Amino acid sequence: MQGRFHSFQSLGTLDGPGVRFVAFAQGCPLRCGCCHNPDTWDMAGGREWSAGDILKKALRFREYFGEEGGLTLSGGEPLMQAAFARELFLLCHENGLNTCLDTSGCVLNSDVEALLAVTDRVLLDLKYVTDEKYRAHVGCGLDAPLRFLARLCVLGIPTTLRQVTIPGLNDDEESLRELIRIAEAHPCVDKLELLPFRKVCQVKYDDMKLDFPFAHIPSPDAESMAKLRALIPALLGGEAESGVKERAVHSELSSGKKKTGC
Amino acid sequence: MESRNWDGFTKGAWTDSIDVRGFIQLNYKEYKGDDSFLAEATPRTKSLMKKVEGLFALERQFGGVLDVDTSTVSSLTSYSPGYIDKPSELIFGLQTNRPLKRGVNPFGGMRMAKQACEAYGYQLSDKVQEEFRFRTTHNEGVFRAYTDEMRAARKCHVITGLPDAYGRGRIIGDYRRVALYGVDRLIEEKKKDKAAIGFADLDAEKVRLTEELFQQITFLGFMKEMASMYGFDISKPAANLKEAIQWTYFAYLASIKEQNGAAMSLGRVATFFDIYAERDLERGDIDESGIQELFDDFVIKLRLARHLRTPEYNELFGGDPMWITEAVGGMGEDGRTLVSKSSFRILNTLYTLGSSPEPNLTVLWSKDLPAPFKRFCAKVSVDTDSIQYENDDIMRPLYGDDYAIACCVSAMRVGKQMQFFGARCNLGKLLLIALNGGYDSTSKMHIGPQMPVMSVEKLDYDAVTERFQIYLEWLCHLYVNTMNVIHYMHDKYAYEKTQMALHDTAVERLMAFGIAGLSVVADSLSAIKYANVKPLRNDEGFIVDFKTEGDFPKYGNDDDRVDLIARDMAHNVITELRKTPTYRGAIHTLSVLTITSNVMYGKNTGATPDGRKAGEAYAPGANPMHNREENGALASLNSVAKISYDDCRDGISNTFSITPEALGREEGERVGNLVAILDGYFAKRAHHINVNVLNRETLMKAYEDPEAYPNLTIRVSGYAVNFHKLSREQQREVISRTFHEAV
Repeated sequence: MQGRFHSFQSLGTLDGPGVRFVAFAQGCPLRCGCCHNPDTWDMAGGREWSAGDILKKALRFREYFGEEGGLTLSGGEPLMQAAFARELFLLCHENGLNTCLDTSGCVLNSDVEALLAVTDRVLLDLKYVTDEKYRAHVGCGLDAPLRFLARLCVLGIPTTLRQVTIPGLNDDEESLRELIRIAEAHPCVDKLELLPFRKVCQVKYDDMKLDFPFAHIPSPDAESMAKLRALIPALLGGEAESGVKERAVHSELSSGKKKTGC
Repeated sequence: MESRNWDGFTKGAWTDSIDVRGFIQLNYKEYKGDDSFLAEATPRTKSLMKKVEGLFALERQFGGVLDVDTSTVSSLTSYSPGYIDKPSELIFGLQTNRPLKRGVNPFGGMRMAKQACEAYGYQLSDKVQEEFRFRTTHNEGVFRAYTDEMRAARKCHVITGLPDAYGRGRIIGDYRRVALYGVDRLIEEKKKDKAAIGFADLDAEKVRLTEELFQQITFLGFMKEMASMYGFDISKPAANLKEAIQWTYFAYLASIKEQNGAAMSLGRVATFFDIYAERDLERGDIDESGIQELFDDFVIKLRLARHLRTPEYNELFGGDPMWITEAVGGMGEDGRTLVSKSSFRILNTLYTLGSSPEPNLTVLWSKDLPAPFKRFCAKVSVDTDSIQYENDDIMRPLYGDDYAIACCVSAMRVGKQMQFFGARCNLGKLLLIALNGGYDSTSKMHIGPQMPVMSVEKLDYDAVTERFQIYLEWLCHLYVNTMNVIHYMHDKYAYEKTQMALHDTAVERLMAFGIAGLSVVADSLSAIKYANVKPLRNDEGFIVDFKTEGDFPKYGNDDDRVDLIARDMAHNVITELRKTPTYRGAIHTLSVLTITSNVMYGKNTGATPDGRKAGEAYAPGANPMHNREENGALASLNSVAKISYDDCRDGISNTFSITPEALGREEGERVGNLVAILDGYFAKRAHHINVNVLNRETLMKAYEDPEAYPNLTIRVSGYAVNFHKLSREQQREVISRTFHEAV
């Protein structure tokens, strides 16, 4: 089987635990206004790779992975090539590499189920907390990622919930509290990360002669990011006192006991 | 003969003969804990450091040199004692009679000494010039013996930076010997060695050695005299930690008063000192804060060390460095770690005294180092950008467990091996000379074997490598011969008596050659092999530029097609060098290290087939060319790791700059990830890495407003500098380097 890939990054420290090799899948069905990789949208773009060749590339860096690191599959939307992704992750596991899936969670089918069975961690990008914003700025409804998240909980896959903080759209305290509530309601989530919206991708849009829908939105400053992050509870990797609910089940899960379920 | 000052130490063979390693092995205490025991700077240290900071500021205002004593020739006893603030100092001794006042050392070359004075608005006194009128300097000796071809190679910059007009340095005295044995015992042993030679058949080498031993003994005497000027008697072993540091420092100080060698490295003293610290602690004579204070005061002294250099010298070795390199950590041959509490203490000076390029703290990294020490080192890197790492696991099998690093990356057994330093040759220029059949288009000189210009439409890989080989053979032979002349003369006219007195008499010699432009040549050959390279000629028919069409693999992307060209090139060079015998039977070694001379090498080299423009700076050391890395940081590290240490025993330097954001989201993550990167890189058998964790923007701000960033320290190529001390050109080059950023 062949997969379409946009590029590879030998040193990834931001997409999953430890030092990771990151493979960026080509092709995405969504059109998020904040997307910083429009060059990964085209399903026919990129280059074809076999899972074996990608593994070979990743293994050249295994000495750097330490105890936590491994391979992260990002994109584009890797779920669009779920069968291929499963093959790649299976190969990773055969070679002792930890697997991490960076996704929007917009697809759930039997191929995806099979992929999740060989996924050690999911980085789930929850862009907004309202269906309205999802439909306006993403291209699918909020139900898709929530359904995906629920499934992750059933499967007991440790999950990092991530959100790009976009001024005016999701940087209000209320939105964040809702995001925290969602995180805490799902015991598979052991970490919540806020990533500041950045605009370095403007060049890519210009090169591709595309409109950057969020060109008018400023990047959040460090101070407001710090303020928001301060609200994240300690049990989600933040500094605030624990939030809404009892976290005993959760901490058991995040300490490595997988497959506990909701 | 046992000294009372050895009470409490485990005795062994080290009491019978000079054997510092033996002493360390029997007496040191491993430390596998974390940094929580460390003490902060005391009020005394803080206030003394404030004075020193004031002196540094004054030195900056004076254009980099605070003062020069133009009427005294620097030597062990030629200056009256100097102090920063006598009542509050703990460790004593300055190079001249005042802090930051530089001495003049014309033994390497009178011209250099005169120019250095003039560059800073001083005039070398007639008295000094008169003293040297009937005296041959090293520089004069060399030029008496240089052949026309050697002069030409030097002039056209195909071999540059040679220590033919300045002190060669790169010799590490075993300064610890003075503390452990006292000077009298060292003199006694040297006298025995000298007497023993007298019984053998005296050939030229033995006569030379006898005279050298005479000088060594004489200068050990001067060392005692120098110490007594400060009120210390160093004839006997040190009795406690304070004395151990003081005695060791006096030995080092004597060496830098006698020699202005390019790199005057310290060795491996921290764990040696730790033995004294532990004994004092056990006796209840000192506490942690008191120990840190002694380390701090010692390091303050090292930070004040200066030599007087010329602007040309600064072009090669920017930032006014001394390379007071201290090797920290590492593992022992018996599997115990050599990390002690004092390994932490010496690194802690970067917090107690603030970050600083000197001493050049070099961590000997092993996969087996205790995890808390690894984390502490990584934390220090993230916080200060002031330390470098070298692979203990590949050096220990070759040099044992009591080696140190001279300069940046040159390993040698302390007190048992010394080095004949040899700067580097310019491989990029050599390639162009080869293509032009023995013509250097930059200097417009004919040099080397004279052959037709390669007159083809498209350069053919096999034809080019065959041609290059002819010129490489020529250059390597010339290079070894040139080095032989230089080091014969240095031994004759500027012999390092003090430092060699702190070596075994039967010393092993290494002759260190170097190459610049490895990545340029690798990429150029790759372009010729995988793309279309059309040479462009000038009116006279010489190739002066190239038109390169199509893509080609570039070094720095973990692509064997080009990385192996680089690896094989290094192998090829050392193989050729070994064909010519060396002075005093030295072992040929090779480094891939440029210091800051990569800017100057590039400036003196025409356009190359890889697309590098004429005059454009080279990448430093073994680094890939700037911004050609397309697969991220680890791919770049993998490429460098392929250069074999077996071929490059004098070191393979890699300078790695990464933004904090690319290393992780928060400090704990960054530290953990840096440890993983170092473990991975060295598991690949790589040799060296400088780590900078900073943003390009910070450097750009410092470039615009140097005054606002007086202490900004960055690693450049085997050493660290205050950014403001680099030339504008060197600063621009550092800014243009690849910064691995978050994607």
